[in-house]
Amino acid sequence: MNTARNTQLAEILMETERRRRTSRLKTGDYVIAAICVFLIIIYLAPFLNIIARSLSSPNALVNNRVAFWPVDFTLDSYVYVFSDAAFSRSLVFTAILTAICTCVSMTMTILAAYPLVYDLKGGKFINLMIIFTMYFSAGTIPNYLLMKQLNLLDNPLVLILPNCLSVFNMIILRSFFFNIPDSLRESAELDGAGPVRILMNVYLPLSGPVLATLALFYAVGRWNGFSDALMYITNIKYQPIQLKLWQIINNRQSIEIASQEGFTTPAASEGLKAASVMFATVPILVVYPWLQRYFIAGVTIGAVKG
Amino acid sequence: MSSKSAVQQSPRSASKFGSYLRRTWPLYVMLVLPIAFFVIFRYLPMTNIVMAFKDYNMFKGVWQSDWAGFKWFEKAFASKDFWTSLRNTIMLNFLDLLIGFPAPIILAILLNEVVFYRFKRVTQTVVYLPHFLSWIIISGMAFQLLAPSSGVINQFLVKLGASPVEFLGDKKLWVCTYVVLGLWKEVGWNAIIYLAAISGINTELYEAAEIDGAGRFRKIWHVTLPGIRSTIIVLLVMNLGRILGIEFDRPYSLQNTSVMDVADVISTYVYRVGIRGLQFSLTAAVGLFQSVVCVIFLLTANAIAKKFGERGIW
Repeated sequence: MNTARNTQLAEILMETERRRRTSRLKTGDYVIAAICVFLIIIYLAPFLNIIARSLSSPNALVNNRVAFWPVDFTLDSYVYVFSDAAFSRSLVFTAILTAICTCVSMTMTILAAYPLVYDLKGGKFINLMIIFTMYFSAGTIPNYLLMKQLNLLDNPLVLILPNCLSVFNMIILRSFFFNIPDSLRESAELDGAGPVRILMNVYLPLSGPVLATLALFYAVGRWNGFSDALMYITNIKYQPIQLKLWQIINNRQSIEIASQEGFTTPAASEGLKAASVMFATVPILVVYPWLQRYFIAGVTIGAVKG
Repeated sequence: MSSKSAVQQSPRSASKFGSYLRRTWPLYVMLVLPIAFFVIFRYLPMTNIVMAFKDYNMFKGVWQSDWAGFKWFEKAFASKDFWTSLRNTIMLNFLDLLIGFPAPIILAILLNEVVFYRFKRVTQTVVYLPHFLSWIIISGMAFQLLAPSSGVINQFLVKLGASPVEFLGDKKLWVCTYVVLGLWKEVGWNAIIYLAAISGINTELYEAAEIDGAGRFRKIWHVTLPGIRSTIIVLLVMNLGRILGIEFDRPYSLQNTSVMDVADVISTYVYRVGIRGLQFSLTAAVGLFQSVVCVIFLLTANAIAKKFGERGIW
């Protein structure tokens, strides 16, 4: 709530600043605005292109008539991609996986960050042990072998456990916890509250925005995760959306129903690829407004405080 | 349990330790899961590094396999593919640094100069977005946009009378495309940290400069840039420290068989030859070589960054 009010306040301040400045706008200001418009176009054009292609008829795509606006508007590509059993199952699987992963990761992050706020005996050692993994990791092959030894290959748990705690996110949360005044903790301790109660009643309620940011980071990370699935998963039942998408884009797999219906010409399958890309992109676009609201604060804390 | 042995040693410190434990044991219980995570998924795989020095046999397992000494390192250093992937890793990272490092600084300064507040917000929203899309999505969009015959850019070129360009099939152009796509995806995100640094500059400095008659460029040169100098230096040093580390998704999703000479990097080489080609010991040796060099670079970079009066990465 507090952040919302602060942003509002900042906006009002910026607005008055703007009014003050617009009274003496220079040509430079317009040049800069023009550059910004150019940037926005460069960033939006690829999206418009892929949306247009996903909504155009195969015929229009074959004849190269599609640029940034749908030609012969049709939802066929979306219908075909979504009615492909393997693809829609992958979408549902990834959604469930992302939800589980986010919960597990948040629990682990809080469990790791909170105790290290206290001056624990052995805390330094634990901290060192955690930081060390940021510098040195075993590497792809030893990790792959461990998954094999633990019988995690082709097990959906391999997409959850090995990366369920990010040191970077843990540091962000911990430095946020550090900034909560000790006096709050001490007064709670005087009232007889133990560490768990203090966490639940003092620290977590005060950390809403940063928790939201981290949860979204984890969720986006899992939704976008590709290489772990590529290396550890061969069972088609457990293929997350990015792996599926990669196979479709690179023609390793086609949309079944569509190829039966004659969508086999290269240019026609382009529409299906575009629609597949959109299926993977839209969830990110949906959470993006929330993501954007909080991540800047999260990133700056992580960078400045560390 | 450990408090019991302490009791026998000295009753006084034991009671102190006992009360310490009574107060803090829930915190230690909380740490059990995270510590288990780090031990199992970060430290346990390190024991498998030993396979770089063994003739790994799938049926014998890592520990039962025969010792091979430095055979795999010698083999790796004698293989052309390894050197190609090492060279490409350094080349792509260097080009990324050359173009991708100054760009966010310029963008941050540009955004800072925008007087129309809402306009600035919209631009920021748009340029931060690609950071949250996966490289698979970006490559999917790039393939469609840049396709030789059906891509909209080539359609445009053909209309202008030029011949279509193979952005991802030609080696030199592939490198350019790789760098430009990386720039497009991350420049906004990387600008955030500079924007934060700029917002920390005292506004009185700008006012003073204005009174002295400084124009826009002089203010940028004499106030903004000095204000973010330490951020720039630290990030530059840290980026140099990462010159040998390379992500997997980006080169892998953009690669194709006709450009492997420039596109095969260490991470994709290890995957291709190791996990797909089952040459575990060889690629474990390559991976170990990379990790060790990376650590040395990173520690050096961190030490240098600290020398500049900054805190390093943490």
